[in-house]
Amino acid sequence: MSDINDQPTRRDFIHVASVSAAALGAACVAWPLIDQMNPAADTLALSTTEFDVSGVQEGMSVSVVWRGKPVFVRHRTKAEIEEAAAVELSDLPDPQTDADRTPRPEILVLLGVCTHLGCVPLGQKATDPKGEWGGWFCPCHGSHYDTSGRIRKGPAPTNLVIPPYKYISDDVIKIG
Amino acid sequence: MSSPKLTNPVARWIDHRLPVFTFLHHEMHEYPTPKNLNYWWNFGSLAGITLVIMIVTGIILSMHYTAHVDHAFQSVERIMRDVNYGWLIRYIHANGASFFFIVVYIHIFRGLYYGSYKAPRELLWMLGVVILLLMMATAFMGYVLPWGQMSFWGATVITNLFSAIPLVGESIVTLLWGGFSVDNPTLNRFFSLHYLLPFVIVGVVVLHIVALHRFGSNNPLGIDVRGDQDTVSFHPYYTVKDMFGLSVFLTIMAAVVFFLPNSMGHPDNYIPANPMVTPAHIVPEWYFLPFYAILRAVPDKLLGVLAMFAAIAVLFVLPWLDRSPVRSATFRPIYKIMFWVFLLDCVALTYLGAKPAEGIYVVLSRLCTVYYFAHFIILLPALSVFETPRSLPRSIGKSVLGGGNGIPAPAPAAAREKP
Repeated sequence: MSDINDQPTRRDFIHVASVSAAALGAACVAWPLIDQMNPAADTLALSTTEFDVSGVQEGMSVSVVWRGKPVFVRHRTKAEIEEAAAVELSDLPDPQTDADRTPRPEILVLLGVCTHLGCVPLGQKATDPKGEWGGWFCPCHGSHYDTSGRIRKGPAPTNLVIPPYKYISDDVIKIG
Repeated sequence: MSSPKLTNPVARWIDHRLPVFTFLHHEMHEYPTPKNLNYWWNFGSLAGITLVIMIVTGIILSMHYTAHVDHAFQSVERIMRDVNYGWLIRYIHANGASFFFIVVYIHIFRGLYYGSYKAPRELLWMLGVVILLLMMATAFMGYVLPWGQMSFWGATVITNLFSAIPLVGESIVTLLWGGFSVDNPTLNRFFSLHYLLPFVIVGVVVLHIVALHRFGSNNPLGIDVRGDQDTVSFHPYYTVKDMFGLSVFLTIMAAVVFFLPNSMGHPDNYIPANPMVTPAHIVPEWYFLPFYAILRAVPDKLLGVLAMFAAIAVLFVLPWLDRSPVRSATFRPIYKIMFWVFLLDCVALTYLGAKPAEGIYVVLSRLCTVYYFAHFIILLPALSVFETPRSLPRSIGKSVLGGGNGIPAPAPAAAREKP
């Protein structure tokens, strides 16, 4: 082969440029086709919920619907708060202090979705099993959560998620 | 390629311009097929016919089904109670899914026993694994459509598997859901894809058959066809045999459809979906249980998901893991035992997948999972080196007609590869 055939030519440049332009165009067209699967505007519009926590008696738990998922609001007893605060961080798979998880120790707000594969843990009703640490127990694959909603045992990798929320008055929280 | 003797002038006119009759004659009539195929070779055509049954009943069901969270459950109950023969068509479709998997699993284990995945049929085997994956996706999305409790929570757990992917996992799950939980957008897209994927399966089945007809069927002896004396034409010999097998299969399927239509389902799916309450004991459909057991056996979320997908992915590379030159287990004394142990292991995983993940079940699931992968990754490659196969018959014809033994055993792969 002569040297001239090994050199890039104007024709090679045109080939590369055409294919690149076509690939870029294809990627631009693909994006709307993929992004249509993401939450639509009306789904996003429903993404906040307000709730009055004063109705939740001590020792009681309530589930609130937020974005189609349950949010657990538990009015914890003194014993439960002490238990949650007394845990050594080194005992936790996903270390976090109880104070970091709730601004008001007696009202704990959690996303009621197991961080393993998304089941709703048991522990909201008085008759439910609450797991070995008195918080919540996920029956699907056996994850145990403590009274602060932190993972203690089982396949779930992280603590129950704290949804974004704030007190918009003394007793009303706005989730989302 | 010989042409059919067409007497009808219209057929001749058509065939000259569009050789469909020649094609069908070649591929379904004179197609040479080993004369020693046993009844385990019925399951390929059974799978194809089951696919047709599923598509026909599915198209009919979609004429009465409403893909909306407020109406889906009711529309399925309406099919069951009000639509003429709706109960029959839905029970055929629901049980047909289970029978489809029974047939395909038997078809796969037949391939494993007789070494049908070995050269030159590697791509044929891999296309089969693609069909299995598509079937799993289709079956999963179909199970979501009635929008019962198991539909909803099955969809939640399985889509959440993708949240195990580092960094982008949560975004992918939101993309799959079209919202922040399994909801109406999810149901709509699952319906759309559940309708689409069976036709994709048909496409891959066509490729599967093209690849099959390149070298023809493997056979119980696992030796190559050496000439016309080893084969018979597909029609009438195997068309008749397949029809007989089909009538037995349809008899069993009809018995289940008419007398035990809910035996393979779960009663919780007759409770409408409730996103606030997870059923106490959720299990997938029986055909996913081995993979579910593997998922739960691994104590880490990401590794568990990877192990589950790897359990199927390993099938793609099977032709290169098993290096033994002998196909059929009939002539592989150690592999024959290993095959049955492996089958038992899969049955055990199916059983364990249905049990709660606690105590002895977790320990057994882990042992069975380790054995599942060891079978493919350690035992099979090692066996190709150490096993001495029995002597192979000279030809299929000789073996069928008697007096065919005499070829010395092929040396183990290790010895064979030395120059």
